[in-house]
Amino acid sequence: MTTTTNDDTPLRSTPLTAWHRDHGARMVPFAGFEMPVQYRGVLSEHAAVRERVGLFDITHMGEILASGPGVEAWLDGLCTNRVSGMPEGKVVYTAMCRPDGGVLDDMLIYRLGRVDWMIVCNASNHDKIAAWVVERAAGVAGVTLDDASDRTAMIAVQGPEAAALTGRLAALSDSADALDALDFYTAFVLPRPGGRWIVSRTGYTGERGYELYVPYDDALPLWEELLALGGDLGVEPIGLAARDTLRFEPAYCLYGHELSEDWTPLEAGIGWAVRLKDRDFVGRAALQGQKEHGLPRQLVGLEVTAADAAGRERPAPIARQGAPVFCGDKPVGFVTSGTKSPTLGRSLALALVATGCDPADLSVEIRDRRHPVRTVPYPFLAARVKGDPRAAR
Amino acid sequence: MVASDRKYTKDHEWVLAEGEIATVGVTEYAAHELGDVVFLELPEVGTVVGQGETVGTIETVKSVEDLFSPVGGEVVAVNEAVLDAPETVNQDPLEAGWLYKVRIGDRSELDELLTADDYDALIGG
Repeated sequence: MTTTTNDDTPLRSTPLTAWHRDHGARMVPFAGFEMPVQYRGVLSEHAAVRERVGLFDITHMGEILASGPGVEAWLDGLCTNRVSGMPEGKVVYTAMCRPDGGVLDDMLIYRLGRVDWMIVCNASNHDKIAAWVVERAAGVAGVTLDDASDRTAMIAVQGPEAAALTGRLAALSDSADALDALDFYTAFVLPRPGGRWIVSRTGYTGERGYELYVPYDDALPLWEELLALGGDLGVEPIGLAARDTLRFEPAYCLYGHELSEDWTPLEAGIGWAVRLKDRDFVGRAALQGQKEHGLPRQLVGLEVTAADAAGRERPAPIARQGAPVFCGDKPVGFVTSGTKSPTLGRSLALALVATGCDPADLSVEIRDRRHPVRTVPYPFLAARVKGDPRAAR
Repeated sequence: MVASDRKYTKDHEWVLAEGEIATVGVTEYAAHELGDVVFLELPEVGTVVGQGETVGTIETVKSVEDLFSPVGGEVVAVNEAVLDAPETVNQDPLEAGWLYKVRIGDRSELDELLTADDYDALIGG
């Protein structure tokens, strides 16, 4: 995880920072915010989301509102995925690229109303994306931007019991039908006395779940209500460390790991979020060229293996971000993310590797020692979300 | 209060000396602070290690830490069970989660280690 904080910049807090501290969270600087990295422990928090339901404070994410009749065409010209023609209430996952195809960020685009849109970007890229959209909107008619990041809290409810828990919220008592009808990657707006909520069937865990966008003042009461209502469901708060292992198993990309300005979304394995046909967007020519000439490298799934002298399988070390990947003696790439999958109990990694390597000859270097790897398909664990590209292969 | 039958290092390892053999592990404090241990690298039996030398690693989901030998000598046993089940270090760091044993080379090295009281003070006990 990259931290963009200088030592002399005070860390920002969310409306829940004090709650996290008071409830035993280990706090770390992350993307300029002071965020909870773990509460009870990574493995137990991970299991809570896979088996029951967990709450995440992800207020650090950036929310940029775009409104006006010009947004649809303008925004489509910035996104690798098609956003023009989206129905109201739809959510689309996309990247924004530089002209050379390097990824500026990955994000969600919401069409909340006919001319009412929301861009949800990573905290670590918020300033970059905020500046990018302002720059690209200069002189464009019918586009009004409003960066709502400083007043919008975001709470994710994720896990098999997420629907049951979310349905118990008092604020949603009149919206049971809307909640039930919410398909994966759709959202609805809920007018509230303190400002609208956005209820979104999205997430970053591979489990069924919701992301709730609420005004800052509503965040703490909502968080406490969810914990109080979910006692019998086994709800608990989840830190960023488990958020990372939860997103890793279904192979959801993390910017700064699988995604970077230094390579394209096609190489990063999210070609399904790149629509080249019958449209134009920043980076399109570069991506089209890469598609025609072949990808120089691609994201692959690896499992690090280890055995004792008798050939018996042993726990293997973790290949972490940056670990070099070799084909025979030739360096051919590097690990972008790796961990011991809490669900599968195997040492797995995603790596950006030159196209055309013989999988049988691959190895990874961990602390100056080469370890054998075998290629494995990703997602390592299918997302249990109907309609998600990472649901199954 | 930490266990008084052994000595400690500022790197949060414990040493239990019994005759010429010293058993080495990590403290409860370390096991808690590290979080879930998922992989261990330990020295091989027969290796001669020096005091303070890096002899292995302890890996959690989030990080990797070096293991330093608190006392010099020849490694005479390695806990194969923790290599197979690294979570034992979290569950029982002082007993079943021991890491390796050395035949102590120079007993005076033990005098340089922290007493239980010193270690307790170090971790703010």
